[in-house]
Amino acid sequence: MTTVNEWVLRGVRPYVMSITLLSGIIFLGAAVAGFLGSLTGLGGGVVIVPLLALGLGVDIRYAIGASLVSVIATSSGAAVAYVREGYSNIRAGMLLEVATTLGATLGAFLTLHAPTQIIAVIFGVVLLFSTIPFRFANGAEHEIDPLAAKLRLDSSYPTADGQQSYHVRHVPLGFGLMALAGALSGLLGIGSGAMKVLAMDKAMGFPFKVSTTTSNFMIGVTAAASAGIFLRQGYIDPGLAMPTMLGVLLGSTLGARVLTRTATPVLRWVFNIVIVVLGIEMIFNGLTGRL
Amino acid sequence: MINLRERWTDQRVEEVISVLLRTGVVTAASVVLLGGIIYLIRHGASVPHYHQFHGEPPQYRTLKGILTDAFTFRGRAIIQLGLLLLILTPIARVVFSVAAFTLQRDRLYVAVTLIVLIVLLINLLWG
Repeated sequence: MTTVNEWVLRGVRPYVMSITLLSGIIFLGAAVAGFLGSLTGLGGGVVIVPLLALGLGVDIRYAIGASLVSVIATSSGAAVAYVREGYSNIRAGMLLEVATTLGATLGAFLTLHAPTQIIAVIFGVVLLFSTIPFRFANGAEHEIDPLAAKLRLDSSYPTADGQQSYHVRHVPLGFGLMALAGALSGLLGIGSGAMKVLAMDKAMGFPFKVSTTTSNFMIGVTAAASAGIFLRQGYIDPGLAMPTMLGVLLGSTLGARVLTRTATPVLRWVFNIVIVVLGIEMIFNGLTGRL
Repeated sequence: MINLRERWTDQRVEEVISVLLRTGVVTAASVVLLGGIIYLIRHGASVPHYHQFHGEPPQYRTLKGILTDAFTFRGRAIIQLGLLLLILTPIARVVFSVAAFTLQRDRLYVAVTLIVLIVLLINLLWG
């Protein structure tokens, strides 16, 4: 099968794109994804792989590699804004990173050996799940948990009425969920931010603000664990990762600037619909063996 | 005199880490951009082959390969150096955390952080 036929099959216009044109399209698409991802809090990484694989016919393994380096860039770039607020819990972050990095190692290992169709189907399912809205517990009062106290995870965070202390619980459950979040991150090249927040907020009882800021800190380290493997195994292509990473970084930086001034429920709905459509397409293309 | 343990409060550690992360990302992105410009000038008109997976050649996969190849000033080699710097940024953060917990004399978290660091280094060097 010739190159042109492959492109046609994948729904791309029947002419062969040059590297410059393709890089430009990827850069713009990644910038929009990063912008919407940061505005809606869903993260840009989740639409990068479908954009590259479904939209541009890129092999899903290259797409995962390019997406993962973008995840590191946005997580590390956003850290400054988060830290200034003084919410994150560095001990909890580091302890749970043991789980996420081990999970990410396993996830990356699965990506190296699993057929791409299965990866595509799992990706689609995760996309669909990511649109389910959760009601967060928002730091309800708990009794002191002996294991959490021993690991010194209890801490305090700033509120309008001064420092508010909190106690956390269910450390083994949170640890297990973090390992799963790490595995999905390594397997699919995404940040798994929502699942990390879920594990901290719902399972462990961290206040919501503490969960989101600590989760952002963890995303970069988690992604670096699997990115090391993907780099060694030749999944990170410089020509493809370059426009993806620069685009997402630009988009998410702009998104973070306007975040505080814009009401976003409508935007979130639009982004959710896009994600559902992409999820169904990923599953369909995986099942029919086209990815 | 203020001792080291008091100076390195959690909040101070986080501030230093966030500056470290931002510096790493800005440096990495600048190197990637420079490499990208050289790459597009030299190869922008050719046709990419991303629809089929080949895997990258050895000079884009190992630390030694990336470091030596970057000095040939080829676009893709410079981009890959930038991406390596990006992957090293969170790892540098973990290294700094080991030092910070050591200064705080927090043995438990020195051990926890070392586990994370070992996993990261094994994956990058032998993964």
